[in-house]
Amino acid sequence: MKVLVPVKRVVDANVKVRVKSDGSGVELANVKMAMNPFDEIAVEEAIRLKEAGKVEEIIVVSIGPAQAQETLRTALAMGADRAILVKVDEAVEPLGVAKVLKGVVEAEKPGLVLLGKQAIDDDSNQTGQMLAALLGWAQGTFASKIELAGDTANVTREVDGGLQTVALKMPAIVTVDLRLNQPRYASLPNIMKAKKKPLDEKSAADFGADVAPRLKVLKTEEPGGRKAGIKVKTAAELVDKLRNEAGVL
Amino acid sequence: MAILLIAEHDNASLSDQTAKALSAALKIGADIDVLVAGKGAKAAADAASKLKGVRKVLLAEADELTERLAEPMAALIVGLAGNYDTIVAAATSTGKNVAPRVAALLDVAQVSEIIEVVSADTFKRPIYAGNAIQTVQASGAKKVVTVRTASFQAAPEGGSAAVETVAAAANPGLSTFVENKLSASDRPELTSAKIIISGGRALGSSEKFQEVILPVADKLGAAVGASRAAVDAGYAPNDWQVGQTGKVVAPDLYIACGISGAIQHLAGMKDSKVIVAINKDEEAPIFQVADYGIVGDLFVILPELEKAL
Repeated sequence: MKVLVPVKRVVDANVKVRVKSDGSGVELANVKMAMNPFDEIAVEEAIRLKEAGKVEEIIVVSIGPAQAQETLRTALAMGADRAILVKVDEAVEPLGVAKVLKGVVEAEKPGLVLLGKQAIDDDSNQTGQMLAALLGWAQGTFASKIELAGDTANVTREVDGGLQTVALKMPAIVTVDLRLNQPRYASLPNIMKAKKKPLDEKSAADFGADVAPRLKVLKTEEPGGRKAGIKVKTAAELVDKLRNEAGVL
Repeated sequence: MAILLIAEHDNASLSDQTAKALSAALKIGADIDVLVAGKGAKAAADAASKLKGVRKVLLAEADELTERLAEPMAALIVGLAGNYDTIVAAATSTGKNVAPRVAALLDVAQVSEIIEVVSADTFKRPIYAGNAIQTVQASGAKKVVTVRTASFQAAPEGGSAAVETVAAAANPGLSTFVENKLSASDRPELTSAKIIISGGRALGSSEKFQEVILPVADKLGAAVGASRAAVDAGYAPNDWQVGQTGKVVAPDLYIACGISGAIQHLAGMKDSKVIVAINKDEEAPIFQVADYGIVGDLFVILPELEKAL
C-alpha cells in the first residue's frame, strides 16, 4: 500500500509572528520557516507504518512556493520515498489544497492519506476533512492512535470529552494530533541520501484543480494586548485581591 | 435566507456551546433553525427549542448519528443546505470534524473559529495561535462558519420553537463507531467553567498534579486544565489541554500553575477575564499576561491557597 502525506511549509512554531504595520498580513520576510509540526507527526507515522511492514511506499506532497522543496527534503530525510511539489506562488485556501490533493490521490492511488490536523499558520483545521469529502472517503480526524487491520483503519481520536475510536473503511483520510508519536530527527547520512531521492514538480493545472481564493482577507491586525499586572507575595494576599479587587471569587 | 445551526449535544442534553454559537448566528441573521442530529435526542431537541431566537428545531435520528460520525452528519447537512445560506457550528471536536466536510461537499470555503461577526459575510478570526486577527469576507451563495464559543456569551432561554422531525440521509457506510473513553468528572466542563485552574510540567507527575491542583479546584468549584507539556508527559488527560490545538477558554478566573506560558498555551487562555500565574521562574512569559502573579514554589503556595479560600 502507498501512503500519501501532504506537508506544509509554515513559520517555525517558536517564532512569534508580527503583523505588518499596513495591516496587509504578517511579516514573512527573513522569518525562520519549517515543516508544520502536525505534518511532521504524519510523516513519522507513515514511516512507522512502513517499518512495521504495513506500507510499501511513502509519497510526500507539498503545495506551495519553490522553497517548499526544503520541507519536502526534510520529509525525505526523515524516511519518505519520493516527493511531489505542486508549485503555486499565491496562498492557497484549504479547499483549493484539497482539490489539488484529490488530483494527486487519483494519480497515485494511495490506500491512506495522513495529514496534520491543522497548520499552525492559518489554524484552519479543514484540509483533511475537505479531501475526504471530495474523494467520498471515510475520515478519522485528530488521531492519537492508528491501527491498520486488513481494509479497516481503527483510529482513536482526541475529542472534547476524552477519546473516541472509530473504524474507517479504507482507503481513508486520517488527520493526526499531537500525541500520536514523537517525530524523529533526520540523521546526517539520511539528509545526504534525501538529496538523491526523486522530487517531481507539478502545477495545480496538472491536476485540473481550481485554487482561486474564495475568501477575501480585508485586514490583518494585532490582537488586543494584555498588560502584565502585579506580583503578590502570599496566597492570602492573592485571595484578598481576587475577592476584593478583581471580584472573581 | 436562513441559517442552519448544528447543535452540540450528547443526545441526553444540549451543550451550552450551542447557545454560544447561537449568539454568533444571531449576529449573522435572524431566521435560525437548529439541527439536532443524534439518536434518542428528543431531550436535546427540546432544550434547543427553548433557546431564545430559534425559529425551529430539526430533529434527525438514526443509529449512525448516535455518535455524530462525520460522514452521515455531512450527508444530512448537505441535504438540508438548500434551504439555508449560512451553516454555523460551534468549533468543538464535532464541529471541526463535520463542518469542513460539509463545506467541501457544497464547494465553498469555510471560515474557521470566528471570534466576531462584523457583518453577515465578514468575520474576524485568529491566525498564528491568536498572534494576529484576520478580517475575512466570504463570497459565494453559501457560507460555512465555525464559532470559537469562548468569544460569545450564551444566548438565553425564553423561546418555544417547534421541533420538527427530519429524515436522516442514507448512511454512506464509510465508518463505524467503536468506543468512547470519556473522562468522567463531577467538575465543570473546561469550556463552560467560570474558574479554571491549570497545571504545567512543573507538577512533575500525575500524582503530584492530583495532589496539589485538585484540592484547590474542588474548593473553587473550578474546572481543571493543563498545558500541552503536562498532557504529553502523562500528568493529565488529553481533554484537559488548553491551547492553540486544545481547548480555547475564557473563564472569569484562570489560574496557571507551573506553566511557563508558551504562545501556544497563551492562545488558549489569554481572553480570560482575570489571569493568575504561579511560577517559580520570575522571567516566565506567563507573567506578561497575568493580572496577579506569585513567584514561588507551587507545592508550597497551592496548599496555602487552598487554606486561604
